[in-house]
Amino acid sequence: MPNYILEMKNISKEFPGVKALDQVDFKVQEGGVMALLGENGAGKSTLMKILTGVYEKTSGEIRYMGSPVEFRNPRESQISGIAIIHQELNLLPELTIGENIFLGREPLGFARKINWHQLYNDAGKLLSRLGVMEDPRRPCGELSVGQQQMVEIAKALSLDAKIIIMDEPTDALTDKETQQLFKVIAELKAEGRSIIYISHRLKEIFEICDAVTVLRDGRFIGEDAVEKLTEDSLIEMMVGRRLTEQFPRLEGNVGKPFLEVKGLTNRYLKNVSFHVNKSEILGVAGLMGSGRTELAKTIIGSLGKASGSIYMDQQSLEIRSPEDAIKLGIAYVSEDRKGNGLVLGLSVKENMSLSSLKALTGFMGIIDKGQEAERAQHYIKNMSIKTPGLNQIVKNLSGGNQQKVSIAKCLMSQPKVLILDEPTRGVDVGAKKEIYELINAFRREGMSIIMISSEIPEILGMSDRILVMHEGAVKGQLLRDEATQEKILRYAVGMGVQ
Amino acid sequence: MDKNNIDRLNKYKSIILLIVFSGIIAIINPRFLTMSNLLNILRQTSVNAIIAAGMTFVILTGGIDLSVGSILAIVGAIAASLVAGGMNWMLVILLSCFLGAIIGLLNGYIITKGKVQPFIATLATMTLLRGATLVFTDGKPISIGYDAGALKFAGFGTGYFMGIPIPIYITLIVFGLVYYVLRQTRFGRYVYALGGNEEATALSGINTKRIKAYVYGISGLLSAVAGIIITARLSSAQSQAGSGYELDAIAAVVLGGTSLSGGTGGILGTVIGALIIGILNNGLNLMNVSSYYQLLAKGLVILIAVLLDRKAKQ
Repeated sequence: MPNYILEMKNISKEFPGVKALDQVDFKVQEGGVMALLGENGAGKSTLMKILTGVYEKTSGEIRYMGSPVEFRNPRESQISGIAIIHQELNLLPELTIGENIFLGREPLGFARKINWHQLYNDAGKLLSRLGVMEDPRRPCGELSVGQQQMVEIAKALSLDAKIIIMDEPTDALTDKETQQLFKVIAELKAEGRSIIYISHRLKEIFEICDAVTVLRDGRFIGEDAVEKLTEDSLIEMMVGRRLTEQFPRLEGNVGKPFLEVKGLTNRYLKNVSFHVNKSEILGVAGLMGSGRTELAKTIIGSLGKASGSIYMDQQSLEIRSPEDAIKLGIAYVSEDRKGNGLVLGLSVKENMSLSSLKALTGFMGIIDKGQEAERAQHYIKNMSIKTPGLNQIVKNLSGGNQQKVSIAKCLMSQPKVLILDEPTRGVDVGAKKEIYELINAFRREGMSIIMISSEIPEILGMSDRILVMHEGAVKGQLLRDEATQEKILRYAVGMGVQ
Repeated sequence: MDKNNIDRLNKYKSIILLIVFSGIIAIINPRFLTMSNLLNILRQTSVNAIIAAGMTFVILTGGIDLSVGSILAIVGAIAASLVAGGMNWMLVILLSCFLGAIIGLLNGYIITKGKVQPFIATLATMTLLRGATLVFTDGKPISIGYDAGALKFAGFGTGYFMGIPIPIYITLIVFGLVYYVLRQTRFGRYVYALGGNEEATALSGINTKRIKAYVYGISGLLSAVAGIIITARLSSAQSQAGSGYELDAIAAVVLGGTSLSGGTGGILGTVIGALIIGILNNGLNLMNVSSYYQLLAKGLVILIAVLLDRKAKQ
């Protein structure tokens, strides 16, 4: 009889008009790593919010360390030893690493003065345990996303949590950082701590998890030990259908050169030159901080350029702002949909039309609301966006559906060049495939697509040609047939290919 | 609960507050509910309401405009001297509106190009314009004079049409236009988007700087309209006119449920907010409460309303 530290039984949660969870069971063994899997909207976040006291459950029972519990707010669950590391980082950029880790729990000395020496000492110990060689006195705002993630983990460790919930923890980590994290997870296990691991990266689940619980559409689908599962069977459980091929690779010839970038240089970029053809997907690979996002933002005029030029159809372009870029037919889907991709407080419809309102307005700037709704409806249908309606606030959609809204916004401006920055980050397997199919459809329509991604399999699976960046420069270009994971990585770390 | 529901709740809450206040005042002093007093309230409220309408735009973008009272004063002073100088009254009104809009755009320019916080930028122009008004008027009232043009001009503040004061019509037109602009036009949509997430709006290809500048331009324009009404009503311009009005306008917007962080709220709430402040002023006067206590009561009401608002949003 295994020893369960956490047992959630028959958990249901109803929101007005929606049953988000329906009789879900979820158990975590002491010292075990339990993966929680499911597509976007499957109910993973809702279940975790109930566990940590953000939401109140409609019915069901939670037993934690052998007795029934009911956390009324996140603080209560935290005190009881349940820590959550959110996918979106919650650090205060102005504060130092140490201050962030011990925020609200600073060690105090005489007259309630913060004992800085102890604080930084403890922070340093936590960091070195995670293999992060950073001065704990450094402000968090100066750290890379990967390092910030590690600080979040250090914070959870400092809470001495019995259960640590990790929501997509490796999304922003480099391979090295990921391995370091896995080492830490193994250590935590050995100490008898339990981990709830939410990830869309199935390989990781087989690498570090003991068991998997799968949810679909708010229902419990199954729970099993990883040894008894395969990637295919997991995907099948998640989507309820077999995914024959993860990357629906599109055959067919690319068109003639369309967008050309020559010698783009600024603070982040060093003499970047490349071109994209019509009907082509150009993959842009590179490690974090290699200047991929900055390249996109420079092309669309969000970042200024010191020198270099951009041509479309051999015409020189003058792009000084995203406004110019959109007018010229270059649209950018941001990697950070919550931060700068979407206006979360506006509706699905209002977000979708944001880039193309000019085409939808007539006399005196009056919006043609009928046409706006019609177009939004068109994209909701074509992209199978799951939303209760046009006027649903985007904040309430799942990550994958938010991403689709973000893409729809760009499509509505009828771009000729579409720049997608991490199009599937934080998106589940089923929605990923849908997004890939959409990208292929754009290619078929003759669009030039620049796809920036950290996931090498995605780059390999989707691109016609691959550009690899390293420290702001183009380190190498590979054709689809010659590209391998190894070659991309060698370029990405700045080495040549023999 | 989705945004629409919260908005609706807020709207209702301020309406309830409005009704409760009116009821209490009416019971204490039945004179409150006479037609002449109600029209009086509306007329008194019109100046604050018009300024608050402009302030609503600014606050929806997440900004603030402290210079409205000073714009009102300088525009009023210049308008009065132009009317007194014999300029056509219609031309004066057009010029005044234009001047207000230009000063507002200047605010916007300082904020966007100079990258100065709206609070600081408009604090500076508030002080600067008040100083300019004092220099221009030498601290003395400027009379608009008594010729035919001046009388026409004065009609904007004192006149009636079908038994209802002219400023009330102006207010209705302003609010109708603002409602339409916010709900039906591209500009209005951009204002909400900008207030909701400025970076996302900019990356969506929208010139956020221009929208911001326009928002302050509108605020300046409507402050000028308020300045015309006050100057017309008194047939003269005072150097201290409009001082402290920025706070009443901000209070009206916030009482109406528009969030100071931008992105949510709207003009209907501002109508209610302005009426609450207007009725409070009027009611306290009717009850012969001394002006010292009036401020105390106003502050308390704003505090309670905003606290209730916070509770509802949680």
